[in-house]
Amino acid sequence: MNDSDTIAAGVTSSDLGATSPNAESGQGEMTQRSAITLSVNDQVRRLEVDPRTSLLDALREHLRLSGTKKGCDHGQCGACTVLINGRRVNSCLTLAVMHEDDEIVTIEGLGGPDGLHPMQAAFVECDGFQCGYCTPGQICSAVGMLAEARAGWPSHATADVASPRIELTDEEIRERMSGNICRCAAYPNIVAAIRGIAEGSPE
Amino acid sequence: MRSFTYERAIEARAAVAAVSRPGAKFISGGTNLLDLMKLDIEQPSHLVDISRLPLRDIEELPDGGLRIGAQAANSDTAADARVRVRYPVLSQALLSGASGQLRNKASIGGNLLQRTRCPYFYDTAAGCNKRDPGSGCSAIGGFNRIHAILGASDACIATHPSDMAVAMTALEAEIELLDADQSVRRVAITDFYRLPGDTPHVETVLRPGEMITGVVLPPPASGRQLYRKVRDRASYEFALVSVAAVVSADQGTIGAARVAFGGVAHKPWRSVEAEAALAGRPATMATYRAAAEAAMRDARGQGHNDFKIELAKRTLCRTLAQATRAS
Repeated sequence: MNDSDTIAAGVTSSDLGATSPNAESGQGEMTQRSAITLSVNDQVRRLEVDPRTSLLDALREHLRLSGTKKGCDHGQCGACTVLINGRRVNSCLTLAVMHEDDEIVTIEGLGGPDGLHPMQAAFVECDGFQCGYCTPGQICSAVGMLAEARAGWPSHATADVASPRIELTDEEIRERMSGNICRCAAYPNIVAAIRGIAEGSPE
Repeated sequence: MRSFTYERAIEARAAVAAVSRPGAKFISGGTNLLDLMKLDIEQPSHLVDISRLPLRDIEELPDGGLRIGAQAANSDTAADARVRVRYPVLSQALLSGASGQLRNKASIGGNLLQRTRCPYFYDTAAGCNKRDPGSGCSAIGGFNRIHAILGASDACIATHPSDMAVAMTALEAEIELLDADQSVRRVAITDFYRLPGDTPHVETVLRPGEMITGVVLPPPASGRQLYRKVRDRASYEFALVSVAAVVSADQGTIGAARVAFGGVAHKPWRSVEAEAALAGRPATMATYRAAAEAAMRDARGQGHNDFKIELAKRTLCRTLAQATRAS
C-alpha cells in the first residue's frame, strides 16, 4: 500500500460518494470520466469512473462490494483475486474500463451466509484462515484453480507438461496457489480445504 | 497514478494509428504496465487497449511451426496441447513465471515487453539510466545480487525478467510486428532485444507505434527440450539464473544443441559458444562443463552477483545432463 494516490482516492471517494467529479484525481486536474457497464455477480451495474480506477477499486469503492480485499495493490499477494469469465485474476492490476461485457464474480457472488459455496464451506470446515483478510482471494483463486486443473492445465509442479492427465497432489495445489499469500500462514489448512473439494466434488 | 485517457481498439490497424499520439501507450494484460504506472515509473497520458484485438489464437503453420497471437494469455499458451507436446520448453518456462492469476491476464506480447525488476529502476529516488536517462546507475556499486553478468554496460546492469523469452530464444522464435505505417515485419527474437550500451531505456528494436501481433515458432528442432529455473523461492519468483536447452543426443553423442540463459543479461542470452562446444561431442559432464566455461568466458560479476557465474555454469551442466539422460 505504498501508492498514496490510490489510498487518497479510496478515502476521497468513500467520503464524497462514488460519482463525485474528480473523486479520484486528488489533484484537481482535468480527467476523463467513463460511463461503463459491468456485470458483477450476475447483476448489471452501471457506474462512472475515472479511467485510472482499478477493477478492485470499482468493486470496493463504487459498487460497495468490500469482500474483495486490497492487500499489496501490486499483484503480489492475491487478496484481490476475482473471477473474470471464470478465470482468476488480480483485480488490482486491471482497469475497470477494460472489463465491460465480462462476467465478474467476487466472493459475494460465490456464496453468502445463507448459502455457502462448497469452497467457502471447506475453508470453514478446515479452519483455512486466521485473520481472514486473504481468504476471499484464496477462495476465488481456489475455485479458478480447480477449473484450470479440470481443464487439464499443467503447472510448474507437473513432471511432464505434455501429459494430458493432471493429478492434483498437495505439491500441485501449493504451486498453483502460490499467487495467494497468507500472512497468518494457514497454508496447511488451505491446502486441506482445497484438496477436500478437489477430491470430493466434480462441481 | 497520473491521469490518462483511455480508448479500446477493436482492429489492429486502428490500434497502431491510435497509438501515434504523443504520450500514448498500448495496454494489453496490464499486469506490468499498471504496476509501473502506480509507481510513477511509466507515465502514459493515453492508453490504447489492445487486449480485445482478434490476436488470441494459436495457429498451425504450413511448415509445421506455430503462430501464437500476441494477445494469447500466458496461461492459454502454456496449456495449449500443441505447445506442450511440440514446444514443452515454452510451456515449462511460462509455467515457471509469475502466478496463476497473472498468467491468466498477461499476454504473450506483454510478456516480451515487460520491464526489468531491478530495484533501482523501481526506486524513483535512485539514479537509473533506464528509467531516467542520464541519471546514472545506482545498481553499479549498489546491491546488485540479481543483476547481469553478461552484456552489461557502464550505464546499466539490469536483467530481462522474462522466462518465456528465454525459451523462445532457444526455439529461435520470430516476433511479428505491425508498424504505424501498416507494414508488417518479422524479427528474430535474438535481434529483437538490445543490449544496454549507452541507451538502456531503448530495450528493443520496436519502432515508435509498432505493435507486436504474434510470435512465430519454427518447426521444433529434434531433441529434448528443457527449462530449468533457479530462484530464491520455490514458486512465484524471478530467476537468478535459468537455462532453456534444446538438445539432441544419439548413442552418447550430442548432435545439435541450442542454449539460452535467463537472468544473466539485459536480454535472453543465447550462447552460441556453448552450442559450439556441445555439437558432435560426447554427452558427458566433461563436455557440459566445457560448454559452461565457454558460455561464461566473458562473464563479469558486479560484487553481490559474482555467484551467478558459477551458478549459471552449474545450471547449464545440470540441464544438459537431464536433457541427454537416456529415457
